Amino acid sequence: MSVSTVSQYSAAPAILPAASGMRGVLSDAFWRRPKLLLLLMLLPPVLWLGIIYIGSLFALLLQSFFSIDEFSGLINREFTLKTYGDLFQAANLDIILRTVTMAATVTLASAVIAFPIAYYAARYARGRWKALFYLAVMLPLWSSYLVKIYAWKLILAKEGILTWLFAKLNLLWLLDAWLSLPVVGGNSLSVSFTGTFIVFVYVWLPFMILPMQAALERVPGNLIEASADLGASPGQTFRNVLLPLALPGIVAGSIFTFSLTLGDYIIPQVIGTSRLFIGQAVYTQQGTAGNIPLAAAFAVVPIVIMGLYLWMAKRMGAFDAL
Amino acid sequence: MTPAVSFQKVSRHFGAVKAVDTVDLDIAPGEFFAMLGPSGSGKTTCLRLIAGFEQPTAGLIAIFGERAEGVPPYRRNVNTVFQDYALFPHLNILDNVAYGLMVKGIGKAERHKAAEEALSLVRLPGYGERRPSQLSGGQRQRVALARALVNRPKVLLLDEPLGALDLKLRENMQDELKSLQKVLGITFVFVTHDQGEALSMADHVAVFNDGRIMQVGTPRDIYERPRTRFVADFVGSSNVLPPDFVQRYSGQRRWGSLRPEAIRVVKSTRDDGLSARLVSANYLGATTRLALDADGLRLHAVVPAGTSLPEEGEALVLTFNRDQLHLMDEPA
Repeated sequence: MSVSTVSQYSAAPAILPAASGMRGVLSDAFWRRPKLLLLLMLLPPVLWLGIIYIGSLFALLLQSFFSIDEFSGLINREFTLKTYGDLFQAANLDIILRTVTMAATVTLASAVIAFPIAYYAARYARGRWKALFYLAVMLPLWSSYLVKIYAWKLILAKEGILTWLFAKLNLLWLLDAWLSLPVVGGNSLSVSFTGTFIVFVYVWLPFMILPMQAALERVPGNLIEASADLGASPGQTFRNVLLPLALPGIVAGSIFTFSLTLGDYIIPQVIGTSRLFIGQAVYTQQGTAGNIPLAAAFAVVPIVIMGLYLWMAKRMGAFDAL
Repeated sequence: MTPAVSFQKVSRHFGAVKAVDTVDLDIAPGEFFAMLGPSGSGKTTCLRLIAGFEQPTAGLIAIFGERAEGVPPYRRNVNTVFQDYALFPHLNILDNVAYGLMVKGIGKAERHKAAEEALSLVRLPGYGERRPSQLSGGQRQRVALARALVNRPKVLLLDEPLGALDLKLRENMQDELKSLQKVLGITFVFVTHDQGEALSMADHVAVFNDGRIMQVGTPRDIYERPRTRFVADFVGSSNVLPPDFVQRYSGQRRWGSLRPEAIRVVKSTRDDGLSARLVSANYLGATTRLALDADGLRLHAVVPAGTSLPEEGEALVLTFNRDQLHLMDEPA
């Protein structure tokens, strides 16, 4: 080995070695201008969101200001509020009211059922139990939505396992009494609003549990202790510390359950009565009825309702703890 | 007189870990009591046992003579200042301080007035509208103190409350806590791992190690008459002297302790003391701490600033008053 190669390797490395190659130069350029990298990374998703997503939403909004010529069935492309006026016809108003009531009760029930589960997972479950919790919550999401709904149809049917269970427990009279109630009742659970409600709660529950659990996990344990230390009973600690601090998570979860219920058109079609929900109304108006403007106006309703809901939640201080 | 807090053979085990192991303790009403020890020594668990966050595995706990086992924290007239303050982030300062009164059902006007007074007491008047996140560490500390004091607790527990503050602020808060305690006459139980803090503030100090109390006494007792090597070493970093060495000076074969400031260091080669060499010198401002090697025995001495320092490796003679040599109880 010649002297020169030895000295080449044994020499101390340069204090500020030059950038090597194209990639080195690129890395240096991005390091000096971090915003450039951010811009490059954000551009594709922003274009996607901006053009395809917001753009189509805008097109939808535009459609809702058109109207349909009742005589010819053609779309009249002049701006009018007539289609929105149609929403206030008794039959359409009925659909909106039914959907909102269902979404609200589903959300409330999901919150009540999800809280203990999320609380346990956030405050007590560790290691293996935590993994089991995530698995149990996520597992139902792995199977097809349609398969689950048809499974529920069988469970809730008159010949289904639920009726059988009630019979075995000698509680058939209770089921019959419930089904004979107006509005929530019906011939069997699978053709009643109660059935629709049960399946909605089942399908959307994970979307309530996960944000709630994340929010509860962020509440420091010593705040719970501090509250008890200052004389608050467990109930008072729940109302004054835990609930306000977990509220952003509860609101996030309720946005999911509420908006998903508002927009769904498959569950009420498979399970429940023949009365329509907003999603079904959109589906029939744009399909068989060919009334795209009214379908668009119906589709705007959930957006407006969610906007109102968020505004109210903000007014009530749901995001103060963020 | 009934002790404010009394432990009788109290243990708290977590599985195989004995966090607190058969501790006996009496804290007098109205005193400033410090629990001192390294981390994991059981002092914080003892505090949590008084607060009610932990229940003893065995033993009896009494607060002002009333048995406390099984009583939840919210039914104890005891309040805690938490290590990281634990202020409620969703409430403003006034509502944070008024929280204890709010859950007791006291009306808004009355509890806000009391909270405002408590904020004045900790020298934060007019801060009520702010959020905890808008305050500095020292200010949050005062709010946590006000929030506890507004409930007029019989015992106030402080869990390393000054740990997160910088030196200057810590010294100010030490003085303030001490004078607050004098004015209010409330029993303060203070957990710390800082021996200087414990010695300067407390009426009595309990030194913890491995879940047990090694020694309880006045700061002077603890500092000047440590009973075991651990206490001598942990409190004031005394020189621990082995039995053979002690025997030469006192005639008794016992472990001894000698405080660094009791050692006089003379530049000399005469034979009238303990000959030693300087290993290193640490400049501490008001004093300089010398590490010395006396025939294999490592000793520390403290000399005041301005003393001319010996060179490293220079031959020195160490002398001390024999009555400064303290004999410890710990068997040889």
